[in-house]
Amino acid sequence: MNDTLTGSARSAEGARATPTPPRPVLPVAVLALLVAVVCAGAAALALWSLHQMLGNPAAWVVALLAALAVTALLPVVPAVRAFGHARSRARLLAENRMAAARHEAATGREHAHTAMGYALAVLICAGLIWFATANDGAITETFLRWEFLKSSFADVLAAFVVNVEVAIGAQLLVLVVGLLVAVMRLLPGRAGRPLRWLAIAYVDTFRAIPSIIVLYLVGFGLKLAEVPVFRDLSPIWLAILALTLTYSAYVAEVYRAGIESIHPSQWAAARSLGLSYGMTLRTVIVPQAVRRIVPPLLNDFIGLQKDTALIGVMGVTDAFTQSRLTASNVFNLTPVIVVAVLFVIITIPQARFVDRLLTKEQSRTGRSS
Amino acid sequence: MTFLEIHDVHKHYGDHHVLQGVTLEVARHEVVCLIGASGSGKSTLLRCINALEPIQQGEISVDGDVVSGQGVDVNRLRRNVGMVFQSYNLFPHMSVLRNVTLAPVKVGGVPKAEAEERALALLDRVGMRDKAHAYPDALSGGQQQRVAIVRALVSNPQVLLLDEITAALDPELVGDVLAIVRELAQDGLTMLLATHEMGFAREVASQVCFLHEGRILERGAPAQIFEDPHEERTRQFLSRVIASGRL
Repeated sequence: MNDTLTGSARSAEGARATPTPPRPVLPVAVLALLVAVVCAGAAALALWSLHQMLGNPAAWVVALLAALAVTALLPVVPAVRAFGHARSRARLLAENRMAAARHEAATGREHAHTAMGYALAVLICAGLIWFATANDGAITETFLRWEFLKSSFADVLAAFVVNVEVAIGAQLLVLVVGLLVAVMRLLPGRAGRPLRWLAIAYVDTFRAIPSIIVLYLVGFGLKLAEVPVFRDLSPIWLAILALTLTYSAYVAEVYRAGIESIHPSQWAAARSLGLSYGMTLRTVIVPQAVRRIVPPLLNDFIGLQKDTALIGVMGVTDAFTQSRLTASNVFNLTPVIVVAVLFVIITIPQARFVDRLLTKEQSRTGRSS
Repeated sequence: MTFLEIHDVHKHYGDHHVLQGVTLEVARHEVVCLIGASGSGKSTLLRCINALEPIQQGEISVDGDVVSGQGVDVNRLRRNVGMVFQSYNLFPHMSVLRNVTLAPVKVGGVPKAEAEERALALLDRVGMRDKAHAYPDALSGGQQQRVAIVRALVSNPQVLLLDEITAALDPELVGDVLAIVRELAQDGLTMLLATHEMGFAREVASQVCFLHEGRILERGAPAQIFEDPHEERTRQFLSRVIASGRL
């Protein structure tokens, strides 16, 4: 054993004679320059067609387009630099300065790769501009007309309040119902078995049914059947109820995953201190689980928010319904774009809020991420 | 007088027969060390004593009261029987002070101010008072384990179970934790330790039990076990420990 160990060490020492040569730079530099020039060309074409579409644009618009065209040329700069590094690499290699040549080669390749990365991004942007100007600007005309944006904004925004109300109402209920279902599903022992089964049946059912169908059935069914209490609820409350039914099933599974991810040693520690099952769950397990599931919870909440656009099927005038109404009047989709943008605008702050929450929690408990 | 009595305890995990009839009596103020290879049943025995694991056969009684089997108020039992774990198991979302005061406040009905006062006094004793508001993840392993010992002690348990509490610590941190256990032994706290620290076991134990394949193969005074073991298995185990430089 010992013999072979030292033997292989000796042979490794013998193999050290030839140093690693620097990797080639010139081919990748040529490729980078080519890609940068082609992409800049594509961008120039796209900007030119945008210029044509705008007809006779103001001077500042022309200046802006020119500035964009110059920006599209920027990836050429690192590509040219790569050539410089290729030359130094060749010189150092000739002088047999291996380490320095390797360093030059790495820097040169890095520049070439940077040029290609930025050039491809320019190409994608050029593609998007070309798409927007295609068919002599018909696409832009259909989706983005300033006058329709102005005229529909107030109505759509007013209707969007309904979406926000339904979303917040359902989210608050889902937080509670989802946790109850998850805890039911995790109840121990023989006594808990029927409740476990019910929880599983509920999750299986309501996670499977499309939320638009649940909205439809709850919205009309409870009224048709004259179910006491429910028949007197406003459509908004029925929408909240329907979305709560659907999303509690998702969120129950998120909670369950969170609770099950807490190491059994935490249970053992809490129980060994004399805490009961319920107390352990409430003070030790669930608080830790909730901290872990915040990101997937936000996912489901964003899904719920988006599904408020479906409540039109039960006769509630939400932002999407309102925008379609306006859109069919003016024969243009700009009002619908307004709704889409509103959904994006309310989602982004939530994502940033969750990021901040997690960072704060990490710095508070001294945990590195 | 026998304080803790373990009589013919059997424990199965499925087909795996972990404890195969363990019998042991512990008197008040005794310090009993359980030694033996990994998987010999040391930890399982400790977990059975405070009912973290149910036993299939036999009987365990604390202070004359049977605490195994159905219908026992395990939560009350566990306030009398403290436990410290190998991996500390502090609650990471709570400060040191809340970790320590959780059980007395939530279960013992002690007013918060009073519990905190007592907790701070105990934390002071183990040199952790200035970390009372820190969170476990900001502490070293040795510091976390000292907090875990305080957490187990704060409800005044009559017996303390220590499950390889230095096994996860860096060597230079072991001493601090063992010093605390030594002090507790001198104060007369009844303790059961599963441990690999043979030198320490020899120093503090009143009784040493060698476990092998779920049985107490040999038990006696530390001098007898370490210097004149009767069983061949004990001798083999100790010679392997000596070879690894831990005795």
